Amino acid sequence: MHKESPIRVLAIAALVCAVCSIFVSAAAVGLRPQQQANKLRDTQRYILQTAGLYEPGSEGDLAALFQQIEGRVIDLETGEFVEGVTPDDLEKQGAKNEAMKIAAESDIAGLGEKPARRAIYFVREGNRLERLILPVEGKGLWSTMHGFVALGPDLATIKTFCIYDHAETPGLGGEVSSPKWLALWDEKTAIDAEGRPILEVVKGAVDPRSPNADHQIDGLSGATLTGRGVTNLVHFWLGEQGYGPLLDRLREGGDHVEGI
Amino acid sequence: MSKASETLLDPILQRNPIGAQILGICSALAVTTKLSTAITMAVAVTFVLVWSNGLLSAIRRFIPSSIRMIVQMTIIASLVIVVDQFLKAYAYDLSKQLSVYVGLIITNCILMGRAEAFAMKNGVGLSILDGLGNGLGYSLVLLAVGGVRELIGSGTLLGYTVLPTTAAGGWYATNGLFLLSPSAFFLIGLLVWALEYRRHSAMAKGR
Repeated sequence: MHKESPIRVLAIAALVCAVCSIFVSAAAVGLRPQQQANKLRDTQRYILQTAGLYEPGSEGDLAALFQQIEGRVIDLETGEFVEGVTPDDLEKQGAKNEAMKIAAESDIAGLGEKPARRAIYFVREGNRLERLILPVEGKGLWSTMHGFVALGPDLATIKTFCIYDHAETPGLGGEVSSPKWLALWDEKTAIDAEGRPILEVVKGAVDPRSPNADHQIDGLSGATLTGRGVTNLVHFWLGEQGYGPLLDRLREGGDHVEGI
Repeated sequence: MSKASETLLDPILQRNPIGAQILGICSALAVTTKLSTAITMAVAVTFVLVWSNGLLSAIRRFIPSSIRMIVQMTIIASLVIVVDQFLKAYAYDLSKQLSVYVGLIITNCILMGRAEAFAMKNGVGLSILDGLGNGLGYSLVLLAVGGVRELIGSGTLLGYTVLPTTAAGGWYATNGLFLLSPSAFFLIGLLVWALEYRRHSAMAKGR
């Protein structure tokens, strides 16, 4: 048969695709366990950083360090703990964690939907709560930003805030993940006495004499929209739609809050 | 020089893919802020180049010319995905730093360029040598540019402090320009000039 005949062209194309796809899928499937282990380690590292337990170089005993942290799964709607499910299970079942639509008017973080269950993490010193670590995400200018908020024992003060994954403009909005900017968040008041989220990223620098300075963060120049996105994601997740019910319950001294 | 050693050695300096053929510039700008990412990228590109040249040369007689480029793309893309998966599994941090640039090896002009210009016309052995030679030529430039940029921009090499920076209490004030893409343009420009100068003076001598 002639080399350029349509049938031969199709046959060669099909053959090349078939062989290539076998290699690609073999690599993807064969390496998946290793990749997932890497991803898990990565998440653990960020949680440990937010918990203030991670020192650079303690890479080796990541798993041991992580033992100190108590992971729990909650039902977002009610704020109740889901017994018998660990954060690991949540990771594994993934798809089974159904997504709930967020009503457009309350969807300030631009997420569209949220999972019904979420993993949260407690850091305790003896019986006393040191930090409560909550995963958060929300839309910035271009991308969805992922991060963790660590609240102190009063459940209103931010201990650390970190954004570990985003695709904002490098050098402008991208600075949201810079340690220098994130350090500004330490010890800021995120939630007022009525339980409403009040923290905001302002435009320009915060006036230290202003009475609002304790719940304002310097804006990043050239990143007004990204900053607004960060404000919104904090408001969303610390508010009614996010961890509000959980925080209310913990503040009233619901189960599992010894020593708050 | 024999054909084989010429095929292997020529692209390293004489016909360097970046310096003389001006191919693959975009990745050379993007991944050379640090030596570690430059090395990873160099190894990844060389690996893909050797295999894509070898494989395409082996099946070159069966490839209908009407879908020639699509077949090249498919094979190159598959190889790149495999490399990307390996990096994600065994060099996770580096693969995160390289982010999209590993995937973008697919569009690195060196690969298609060598496939089209060499592998489709020559035997498997020579094509592999050509891939290796071009890979090494690319690596050489990447390592040189990456080394200079990391040293001047951050005062380190492979993350180890060479010039103690003022920020860490030393004497060296880092030059931030070298962490930005334009500096790679300057360095590669100088390199292209040096290679051209060398070529011209060799030609003048030959006359």
